[in-house]
Amino acid sequence: MTEITEVPSPFCGIGTDDLAIKVNGVSIKVSKNGCAVNTAAFEQAITDTSPRIDGKEVSLKQAVTRASEILRNANQPVIGGCATDVNGMRALMALADRNGAVVDNMNFTKARANFLALQDSGWMNTTLAEIKNRCDLFVVIACDLEVFAPRFYPRYLWNKESMFLDDTSAREIIYIGKAPSGKASTSPKKIKAQVLECADVDLPEVLAVLRALIKENLVIAEQVGGIAVADLQMIADKLKAATYGVVTWAAGALDFPQAELTVQTICELVKEVNASGVRCSGFPLGGKEGDQTANQVCGWQTGYPARMRFSSDIPEYDPFLYDINQMFDNGEVDAFVWVQAFNSSATPPTGGRIPTIVVARSGMTFKEEPDVFIPVGTPGIDHAGHAYRLDNVVAIRLKKLRDSGLPSTAEVLTAIEQGLVS
Amino acid sequence: MLTKLTGGIVYDPANKVNGKKKDIYIEDRRIVSKPRNVAPDQEYNIGGKIVMAGAIDLHTHIGGGKGNIARMLMPESHRIDPVAHTNIKRAGTVHGMPSTFTTGYRYAEMGYTAAFEPAVLPINARQAHMEMGDTPMLDKGGYVMLGSDDFFLRMMTANKDQQAINDYVAWTLRAAQGVGIKVVNPGGISAFKFNQRQLDLDENNTHYNVTPRQILKSLATAIKELGISHPLHVHGSNLGVPGNIQTTLDSIAGVEGLPMHLTHVQFHSYGTEGDFKFSSGGAELAEAINKNNNVSVDVGQIMFGQTITASGDNQRQYANRGISSPNKWVCMDIECDAGCGLVPFKYKDQNFVNALQWAIGLEIFLLVKDPWRIFLTTDHPNGAPFTSYPHLIRLLMDKSFRNDMLATIHPEAQKMTTLGAIDREYSMQEIAILTRAGAAKITGLENRGALGKGDFADITVYTENDNREKMFEKPDYVFKDGELVVKDGEVVKVVWGTTHIVRPDYDKSIEKDLKKYFDRFMTMKVGNFTISDDEITEDGRGSLTVHPTVGEKT
Ligand SMILES: [Zn+2]
Repeated sequence: MTEITEVPSPFCGIGTDDLAIKVNGVSIKVSKNGCAVNTAAFEQAITDTSPRIDGKEVSLKQAVTRASEILRNANQPVIGGCATDVNGMRALMALADRNGAVVDNMNFTKARANFLALQDSGWMNTTLAEIKNRCDLFVVIACDLEVFAPRFYPRYLWNKESMFLDDTSAREIIYIGKAPSGKASTSPKKIKAQVLECADVDLPEVLAVLRALIKENLVIAEQVGGIAVADLQMIADKLKAATYGVVTWAAGALDFPQAELTVQTICELVKEVNASGVRCSGFPLGGKEGDQTANQVCGWQTGYPARMRFSSDIPEYDPFLYDINQMFDNGEVDAFVWVQAFNSSATPPTGGRIPTIVVARSGMTFKEEPDVFIPVGTPGIDHAGHAYRLDNVVAIRLKKLRDSGLPSTAEVLTAIEQGLVS
Repeated sequence: MLTKLTGGIVYDPANKVNGKKKDIYIEDRRIVSKPRNVAPDQEYNIGGKIVMAGAIDLHTHIGGGKGNIARMLMPESHRIDPVAHTNIKRAGTVHGMPSTFTTGYRYAEMGYTAAFEPAVLPINARQAHMEMGDTPMLDKGGYVMLGSDDFFLRMMTANKDQQAINDYVAWTLRAAQGVGIKVVNPGGISAFKFNQRQLDLDENNTHYNVTPRQILKSLATAIKELGISHPLHVHGSNLGVPGNIQTTLDSIAGVEGLPMHLTHVQFHSYGTEGDFKFSSGGAELAEAINKNNNVSVDVGQIMFGQTITASGDNQRQYANRGISSPNKWVCMDIECDAGCGLVPFKYKDQNFVNALQWAIGLEIFLLVKDPWRIFLTTDHPNGAPFTSYPHLIRLLMDKSFRNDMLATIHPEAQKMTTLGAIDREYSMQEIAILTRAGAAKITGLENRGALGKGDFADITVYTENDNREKMFEKPDYVFKDGELVVKDGEVVKVVWGTTHIVRPDYDKSIEKDLKKYFDRFMTMKVGNFTISDDEITEDGRGSLTVHPTVGEKT
């Protein structure tokens, strides 16, 4: 048995890289700094090692050949999931480009509100180390942060030392919308976060009023979405009094139509605090299991985030039309590849009787067996690689922890692509 | 295999060859002298055609996080001119911030064989290398940004000695796999995080009590003492601010004779004369460059049209947000390391300021006398996309064309520039210096940008044409490392260049301080921060080429 230290995690999104992991053959135990998300994801046992065609075990070569055949004969192939490392995504893009496929990251619809806001008006954002060292006021909008990332508070807010704050435990935490489900946001000095609760459907209105107050527009209402306007005024005042306020949100948690307008309101109110003469930054939460990686690689290779297509031999982007679920509903798909190297419970959406190829983490089980299933190694466990952290700036170098013999996503997709040429 | 290029007219300033008819022999990636009694396996008859080394762009934003934000921010730009895939080329997009593959193809199709990303944030260096790793056809490299990172500023405040600064600079180059060091708005990106909205050369960063002048001096000294070929690459203070010519002149004085490269200097050469309180500092700047042999510049020429500006200088980008067009912009503070700002711009010939910016850039090109110390850039994509280089070359080589263009810009701007009175036209040899020999020399590349025996066979062949734009936009042949990669302006073979780096020695004890600092304040372990060689080479396409430091050269 060996113990590997300073192991980075591709699972939690916040780039924790201080895990210690004991490896015994192919079995893995997180021995230090695990959490509810990471420990389970690292420790999951390998179950399948053989590819299957129609449920029958075959060689990798046979599975790849069959996959290439399916794609070669397709008029409108789609590649969904896109949950893998940088090299996996590179191979996925090469395959899609050659095959004229749609590329759709599995969480794009959740992230879409952010892209639409970005592409309409932009934003002022920050990253984890700035939060850790500077943030004195942290406003969480409509998201249960400690469930999203269990180690966020201890690592980035209740850290003992910081470069620019004398006392990190004096940071102020405010929730708008959902109340936190646990006590992670309570400071080491036992000071609880302030919570202004409202229903999700009221968020657009509540945030619009907060923005108006920051701009010092006249607000006549005394209450909005069950929150006293006076309380929102206090938040506006605090943002303008802070040294380095940070406003965070999770686009995926804004589960109502036109959520991009709410993201935009958040981004614009951050800009307006800056325009008033005080620094303030936004911090979008999201991007686990390769979401940021998919968008980054697709971005530099095509100019667009990961909901695009090569069907006309050129890259084309549409944040709505190339949603594979919608394409399935419309009967627009005749071959489907699902790529999910991180999470074996993230099974493919069912597209009816469409020829389906699944390239996924060992252990995935199906209601309907796909035509081709190829189990692949998990980046950061079975092979080295790169993955992006949720703040989208830092790419972490994933380590190889064990010799499982499973191929990487990149190897499999490249082989399928080669099969299209020959 | 022996390849012969027969009968070309060679411009090879590195070897003092100026328009001479000369055959070139290539074997095993390099140029060789004429072999005795061996017939070439392949011969290209290029009688009368112009031969130069492959061109080198020493400042172009081709890889890194801010560029990718720029791409994401402007899907409407990409929709304008998508590029279809071919049997050998990947699909992509061009306008604004182009996709990586297309960047590589387009550069090669203009005769370029190397390009350097000038703003690699150490914390984002992995991304820069991954993007450059997906940029075919070109050799590449990055200048690593320091000067607003908190580790360095803490050292400055603590009055650490120069040796310690040198160690940190060398360690950073190693960890981020860089070929040079860049400083952007020295200390200003940090100052913005402390809510300072501007920072003059002698103004203190309020937290650290350190001035930009001190930062310039410290980093320029480190580069000199470490023997790094490329001088400190400086994006100065007060970018875009009317009157910043004084800041630029003071910065030149401030480094007290140490080697310094001032980048996109057009954006730093503005006066405050005239009705609009905006005037050209081009002549003053050129005079200072002519007098100070330690200083080199690249211009950062603007061209009219839509682009997006992408910079590490979020303090100045934030200040310019009001003139973004379309009205959307991004600013980021990044990891106690640096920042970035993306502001879309539409330069208009009938806008007085834009028109004068255009003229100022050209004034600088034409008034700086030594072609070995000035370089042809548009600060892609900030002033204009790199695809406008052939047009820019025509402006430099063709006075009557230039004056025709001048006659079309905002009339008040015409009055405020001396451009029309400047007779200089660049010669073919001077263009070869700016874009080849000089660029290779100042980035410290061995055996590149030259056509002598032993040099790598990066070669571009053009058909002479009085219309220099037409001539330079479509070479007949481009060879990369001896292989034919472009024919008649089209990529015929996709190849992958090397990544140029330098690795000056340093005292490893700095790593103890860094480990402590990372453990206390950063969000990753120092061991995970450092980029290993295999990260660049493991895909089987990438490679690293280490260039010697000045002390190592004999
Ligand atoms: Zn630049």
